[in-house]
Amino acid sequence: MTDSKSHREWVAKHVGCLPRSGIRDFFDIVSTMSDVISLGIGEPDFVTPWAIREATIYALAKGHTGYTSNLGLLALRRTICTYVEENFGVEYDPDKECIVTVGVSEALDLILRAVLNPGDEAIYHEPCYVSYMPSIALTHAVPVPVVTQEGNGFALSAEAVRAKITPRTRLILLSFPNNPTGASLSYAEKEAMARLAVEHDLLLISDEIYEELTYEERCQSIAAFPGMKERTILLNGFSKAHAMTGYRLGYACGPHKLIEAMMKIHQYSMLCACGFVQEAAIEALRNGRRAMLEMKTEYHQRRNVIVKRLNDMGLPCQMPKGAFYAFPRITGTGMTSTQFATRLLNEKKVACVPGAAFGACGEGYIRCAYATAMDQIEIAMERMAEFVKTL
Amino acid sequence: MSSEEIRKQILRLLQRNARISHQAIGERLQISEVAVAAAIHDMEANGTIIGYYALVDEERTGTVPVRAMIEVEVQPERDGGFDRIAGLISKFPEVQTVYLVSGRYDLRVEVMGDTLQEVAGFVSSKMAVLDGVKSTTTHFLLKKYKEAGFRLHEEEAYDRLQVSP
Ligand SMILES: Cc1ncc(COP(=O)(O)O)c(C=O)c1O
Repeated sequence: MTDSKSHREWVAKHVGCLPRSGIRDFFDIVSTMSDVISLGIGEPDFVTPWAIREATIYALAKGHTGYTSNLGLLALRRTICTYVEENFGVEYDPDKECIVTVGVSEALDLILRAVLNPGDEAIYHEPCYVSYMPSIALTHAVPVPVVTQEGNGFALSAEAVRAKITPRTRLILLSFPNNPTGASLSYAEKEAMARLAVEHDLLLISDEIYEELTYEERCQSIAAFPGMKERTILLNGFSKAHAMTGYRLGYACGPHKLIEAMMKIHQYSMLCACGFVQEAAIEALRNGRRAMLEMKTEYHQRRNVIVKRLNDMGLPCQMPKGAFYAFPRITGTGMTSTQFATRLLNEKKVACVPGAAFGACGEGYIRCAYATAMDQIEIAMERMAEFVKTL
Repeated sequence: MSSEEIRKQILRLLQRNARISHQAIGERLQISEVAVAAAIHDMEANGTIIGYYALVDEERTGTVPVRAMIEVEVQPERDGGFDRIAGLISKFPEVQTVYLVSGRYDLRVEVMGDTLQEVAGFVSSKMAVLDGVKSTTTHFLLKKYKEAGFRLHEEEAYDRLQVSP
């Protein structure tokens, strides 16, 4: 038996068939090159604000290096629940309805594993964050994508979701503001989605990690609509708004029974999120608003610049309502998104991510992150305009 | 955006980089270049924008001027408090900044000169002797770390991943 064969056999079938993230493939090419301007980065270019880093150091200096409660520090859960109530308009009990996790990534994995049985169907929308489909598939459930379209501002209509509901449907996973499209849902769209969830008695998972980075008017969380609090798991974290990606901290708020089920898995698989990181997060929520808004203002202005430049060079691009991604259409160039991104990288040393990495319907688009300094964005846009002109 | 908000955002940009073009400001704020020029002109005319200057790391210029922060205790006056003395001190070209502050002393004055002697001499013979100045304490500047929000000694760059989800 050859080595590679035995390895193949050891890997579980459902893991073996998971595709590699398209982002990783592209990363491998980019990492061999120098002087690349990257619009391919899905994290803030800002370093974590100093006050938050200082709070981390202080926690370490005090020797706070042990495990915390499985649910997370009570002080942090209290701070989170106060923040969620003030900013999202939903009230949660920090003792029973909130769990601190290692990023939204872990929170998402926990809730999916906690509620999905093999063969259950989970509806999510594409284009979307790369981990949804695999995370659902890893629970032996069936990922059911709904396509969102440019013509509709990449928003999700309740009708499109309704068409995918079957007796096996357990949940709807919502992700707005969206990575990679920047789309958001209006009040009316949220209301329709809420009605649908109630009507079919479905669980709703709402990944609101970009909610603070909303540049247009914000409306209440879907959890705040009638009948929704008891069927919604709200996911949020510190990675994007507070530029804390490497801290790996997030949380989930929702009905006690579901949080309890998530906690069961969390206590055996993760035990708890890092303690001194949790202390830093308290500082971020209590005193980090000003620094966060300063970063948001900067993203907002970069958004205006990058979207105008993309449209000016002939790549039609919707104005994203939130997050830090522009998602221009490149079908006019006659290339696939991977061809476009590869040539742009090789010929002009600008990295962006092919839209196909975010689901089949992302084909024909590329994701340009504006979590990159303005001067870099300006150079990248000049190079990209030159590239498009040569086509 | 309200015109008040636009002005606030224009000032925010200018305070970080006074040389930013009107076009760049317009693109960031989604307003026309003409509107940017008009707002800036207006703020220059009404005194909101006092002036523009270059922030220089003098250690790189070869001639580092001598600077000192002077803490000045002043006898306030029945009419005008500290204004008359602060006004007098402000007239000297050697004086760069004059702030009225709370606490142990009253005026915080920054003085610049070519040599230590020159600055010390200026303080003792021009400022300390002013009628109403009760005392001065001079602190010579040794090294600048941060000025006007800019750090003068950057930390090592930290490489992020080039592509991430
Ligand atoms: C929509 C979305 N959800 C979740 C995550 C992961 O966040 P965290 O760092 O909290 O695990 C990301 C990161 O890119 C994201 O874009």
